[in-house]
Amino acid sequence: MSSVASRRSVLPGFGLSLGFTLAYLGLIVLIPLSAAFIKTSGMTWAEFVAAVASPRLIASYKLSFGISLLAAIVNAFFGGIVAWVLVRYTFPGRRVVDALVDLPFALPTAVAGIALCALYARNGWVGEWLDPIWAGGIKWLSTHVPWIDWAGWLGSKLAYDRPGIFLALTFIGLPFVVRTLQPVLAELEPELEEAAATLGANRWQTMTRVIFPELLPALITGFALAFARGIGEYGSVVFIAGNQPLHSEITPLLIITKLEQYDYRGATAIAVVMLVTSFLLLLLINLLQKWSRRYYRL
Amino acid sequence: MKFKIFLTVLLASALGAAASAKTITLLNVSYDPTRELYVDFNAAFAKYWKAKTGDDVTVKQSHAGSGAQARAINDGLQADVATLALAADVDALYNVGKLVPQDWQKRLPNNSAPYTSTIVFLVRKGNPKGIKDWDDIVKPGVTIVTPNPKTSGGARWNYLAAWGYALKKYGSEDKAKEFVGKLFKNVPVLDSGARGSTTTFVQREIGDVALSWENEAFLVLKEYGADKFEVVVPSLSILAEPTVTVVDKFVKKKGTEAVAKAYLDYLYSDEGQEIAARNFYRPRNETVAAKYVKVFPKLTLLTIDADFGGWTKAQKTHFTDGGVFDQIYLK
Repeated sequence: MSSVASRRSVLPGFGLSLGFTLAYLGLIVLIPLSAAFIKTSGMTWAEFVAAVASPRLIASYKLSFGISLLAAIVNAFFGGIVAWVLVRYTFPGRRVVDALVDLPFALPTAVAGIALCALYARNGWVGEWLDPIWAGGIKWLSTHVPWIDWAGWLGSKLAYDRPGIFLALTFIGLPFVVRTLQPVLAELEPELEEAAATLGANRWQTMTRVIFPELLPALITGFALAFARGIGEYGSVVFIAGNQPLHSEITPLLIITKLEQYDYRGATAIAVVMLVTSFLLLLLINLLQKWSRRYYRL
Repeated sequence: MKFKIFLTVLLASALGAAASAKTITLLNVSYDPTRELYVDFNAAFAKYWKAKTGDDVTVKQSHAGSGAQARAINDGLQADVATLALAADVDALYNVGKLVPQDWQKRLPNNSAPYTSTIVFLVRKGNPKGIKDWDDIVKPGVTIVTPNPKTSGGARWNYLAAWGYALKKYGSEDKAKEFVGKLFKNVPVLDSGARGSTTTFVQREIGDVALSWENEAFLVLKEYGADKFEVVVPSLSILAEPTVTVVDKFVKKKGTEAVAKAYLDYLYSDEGQEIAARNFYRPRNETVAAKYVKVFPKLTLLTIDADFGGWTKAQKTHFTDGGVFDQIYLK
């Protein structure tokens, strides 16, 4: 009988704080979430399937989860580099750059969406020259990398199409990776690298065998956060996605569409599907993180 | 001590002032493109009400997509009056929230639509694609901007106008379905609301033609200059009737019934009609309409009741899940 509470802790008030935590979590997270489940529980199984498995929705799941994943991977890589640079180097304007990273947190997402549209549309500053490059690039890929199906991307534009969704999700996901990696990187002493070097490791070995394993758990957390955020993102995406049924409609948009028709149950049914899928994916990512900790701690 | 007296006097005078002239606040929950109209109208109404009763009235405005607004009122937004894009959205106030009586539309003249509008084409200056009528916009290579009918009231009028045209011209529902199918194949961006669509067309320079509220099209000419855009009036369109109602449940609770009713009645007055016309809504009043006959070209207009069997039916046939609009994408 060695329950957690009976073990004497240096800090008093365990029962109180646990009670508070549970009540708080229940109020903020569980009650709203369970409302979604309760609302859908009134549906029969056939109704539920009809509501969540129409071709339009299936296409939107693939799109929402696929592009969120892609954006999270890109963010994990480039966000990692940004965090590295911000922690390890001093350069003029570093604090400004550091503050800029938080901008996607602070900016209303609709503003982000509109700004990205203005930039990447064919008459925008960036889109003007990047759009032709993108179109050419996809064309090249479709002939040289034929084992991937490029049909959904061929002839696409940057803004008002699928690539726009990717741009928006990369934008809003970046701070999650950077902000989770930074403190871990700051803790990581340069002496560690020096020690590795004196023991005869070359730079590549130091990077992959010493630094990367230390960063991996934080990197996975950042990745998971960016991914989860991407799945649920609505505000910035609807402006830039073009919202073509079966092609560039994200799942949250279809929830809103259902709401517009007063189909509250249909909307919550989709929400439930998204919740469960996201939960499973996050669980998987957590397991992966645990495994990575154990794997590298030889 | 002196200060205390001063304070008492101040308080008393404030209370006295409040008692002699009431300050009433109304909330008008409306849809996207009526912002400018109601800014003008509210100022005029406040003046009229002050002259008539001596009370000050401030009208607050709320604008968003028509469907979203109806939902907000049903969910508890304390609107005194709802001035929405189509009767179907006001019907929802009865169907979902029972906030208005079932026969709300019969309470005011002209189906409770004090002003009307229609759907026209907005094209770029010089009309480079030579767009004159509905048949021109479904040709391959023409890009069209319209919002999503599932989320936008205005887009539902767009869709039905196209449907009505094709049905009249080609004679069968299958042909009409094929026609709107071709139309939406030419739509590269489906925004969720009418204002978003206008922005896409005007500022992002996407599309050869925008299907637009007539008032919105005129507003674009006014704001962005007639040297950049032109309005093309098709041979046939639809009579869009934005409807207004007092939200009975909330005005009774707040005790604003009389002033809310007067507010809507004033929309039908000469002054109200004049303001609507100045903001590019077609007035109902014949004499005011005659004054603006040059602004609003005459065209054949379908009506929702005569040609589509009313909103409930049109909504069910075309826009519910699995309806005609969904079918044209699932081929």
